[in-house]
Amino acid sequence: MIRLEKRPQPSKAWTVATPILAVILTMIFGGIMFGLIGTSPVEAIRTIFWDPLFHPQFAGFSRPQLLVKAGPLILIAIGLSIGFRAGIWNIGAEGQYIMGAICGAGAGLALYPMESALILPLMIVAGALGGWAWAMIPALLKVRFGTNEILVSLMLVYVAENILASVSSGLLRNPEGMGFPGSRNLSQWSSSQNLELIPNTGMHLGVLTAFIAVILAYVLLTRHIQGYNIRLTGEAPRAAKFSGVSPARTILFCLGLAGALAGMAGLFEVTGPAGQVSIDFGSGYGFTAIIVAFLGRLHPVGILLAGLLMALTYIGGELAQLMLGVPGASIQLFQGMLLFFLLGVDVLTNYRVRWGTSEVAR
Amino acid sequence: MDLSSINPILLVASIMVSATPILLAAIGEMVVEKSGVLNLGVEGMMITGAVIGFIVAINTGAPLLGFATAAIAGAVLSLAFGVLTQVFLSNQVATGLGLTLVGLGLSSLLGKPYEGQKTVTLPKLDIPILSDLPVVGRMLFSHDIMVYLSLCIVVAVWAFLKYTRAGLILRAVGESHESAHALGYKVIRVRLLAIMFGGACAGLGGAYLSLVRVPQWTEGMTAGAGWIALAIVVFASWRAGRVLVGAYLFGGITVLQLNLQAAGLTWGVQYLSMSPYLITILVLVFISSNRSGSSHDAPANLGQTFHATR
Repeated sequence: MIRLEKRPQPSKAWTVATPILAVILTMIFGGIMFGLIGTSPVEAIRTIFWDPLFHPQFAGFSRPQLLVKAGPLILIAIGLSIGFRAGIWNIGAEGQYIMGAICGAGAGLALYPMESALILPLMIVAGALGGWAWAMIPALLKVRFGTNEILVSLMLVYVAENILASVSSGLLRNPEGMGFPGSRNLSQWSSSQNLELIPNTGMHLGVLTAFIAVILAYVLLTRHIQGYNIRLTGEAPRAAKFSGVSPARTILFCLGLAGALAGMAGLFEVTGPAGQVSIDFGSGYGFTAIIVAFLGRLHPVGILLAGLLMALTYIGGELAQLMLGVPGASIQLFQGMLLFFLLGVDVLTNYRVRWGTSEVAR
Repeated sequence: MDLSSINPILLVASIMVSATPILLAAIGEMVVEKSGVLNLGVEGMMITGAVIGFIVAINTGAPLLGFATAAIAGAVLSLAFGVLTQVFLSNQVATGLGLTLVGLGLSSLLGKPYEGQKTVTLPKLDIPILSDLPVVGRMLFSHDIMVYLSLCIVVAVWAFLKYTRAGLILRAVGESHESAHALGYKVIRVRLLAIMFGGACAGLGGAYLSLVRVPQWTEGMTAGAGWIALAIVVFASWRAGRVLVGAYLFGGITVLQLNLQAAGLTWGVQYLSMSPYLITILVLVFISSNRSGSSHDAPANLGQTFHATR
């Protein structure tokens, strides 16, 4: 009889080993899945995990894409992870990402066609504020009325998507766009464009911000009292309350930070890779970032690696779609499986597996 | 805008149709939550039910078989959630989100070849005599069998939780898993069964969308219905009767919005389509502020992991 025994402390070794184990399991079961839909498993796995980086023909194009995709994922996941640590479940990052893009783009387009070096910084601030304000809705409702932040933040994603559809065919529509929905192209306006900082690396301002966020989050969680309070709130809410940590302030801080970072990610996306506010701007980064946060064990460095890995599956998925004719949705399933396996093997981190009869049976 | 083009009889009838998917999903989720488990994967189970039901119905020509398979598919998928959270003791919030992602991915993978196809839908079941009544007959007694089945499930769940011993055990497990375990009840087994019932109901709800309400398969067609079902459970403060009220209320909002659009309301289509979500938020605020404690009626062990130490 197998039984589980709770570890006094989470195992350090397994904390590192479980994500790797989960990736391996996902590769095996993903391979079986690809086999079932009639693709060679080995070839599919190689196309997803190996070819984007090392294929002689495609790697030149897909390698920079790695950072382009990882940037927003990491930036959003860092914000989410800090909330998750405190037991605050903001799952509406997609909405905050969209609202950040809309507010930032709106602030910039209001000044069009002025040319100034200050416009992009202004847009970044406006984007962060847009995401922050959108996240403040569930935060304030939770603080004031005790409303469930999971449901409110998620409902606001659908609201944000409708606002996006509305502004891209109305308020922010390109007046010279011959009636097509979608804003002016922000990546072609020199004051708002968010270009690669180093050519052919995909390294734009947003990726840089994501890396800075990783460092700051690490400092916050390990060296700063606010980070300690957040961890305390998550692990022992009652103890945190007695020691004077205000739950309301923690909620406002965590949701606000996550919203601001997601809003910034949206702004960097809309001024760079996406280029314009359009109906299909919401790309699911906000939801994938949840997987990234968990895959990275809610740890900044882990999130950095997990973001890169998840970006790899995105690019590899596109490549597999192109070369092997694998349906695009299978990669989404692949990512979901990764999260499932991670959560499953996670039991090894917190529990010891013991063989033999338990005392109950005697 | 021509409001007179909205027929009140058809309006009520279509409210019942549009409320049925969320009613089925919500009543299932309520049982799950009563057992102390928070399954956020309703959306994933619904959409899997939708695609499986559609595929089976189109290949066999039997919509009822589609519904049955959809229920099984939902239950099987929810079992994955159940094993992870109950046996491997994973975090219920994260696992539920994972279930939604898996369901969305799986469904669009399976449904790709079936996009845009038409299927046979359920016939209207005219209840003898009652359906011939003026006004009320067309409104209430001329629906397909799933509408009545969903109502039967609500009544059955209500009676099960209120009057049966098994229902009492289920509630005990949700209120205090430690005490239930000490009394010798199999906490994990009860919860797994509840989770599977919830999965089956969500699967039925999803199949109702793809087989009756729309009736077509499109990728991501549930569009948040699963999340609205979750909100309805909170709205209903975990009571079967109020789940029914909540689901019909939300169905009503959706239908009204569609009708206003069809009646030629041109201003702000997007603002109307966001209204169900905004109203959900308002309702959540209203019910959570209306209580002295933050969540009076929630099962005490909702969302907590159970691990028998003794």
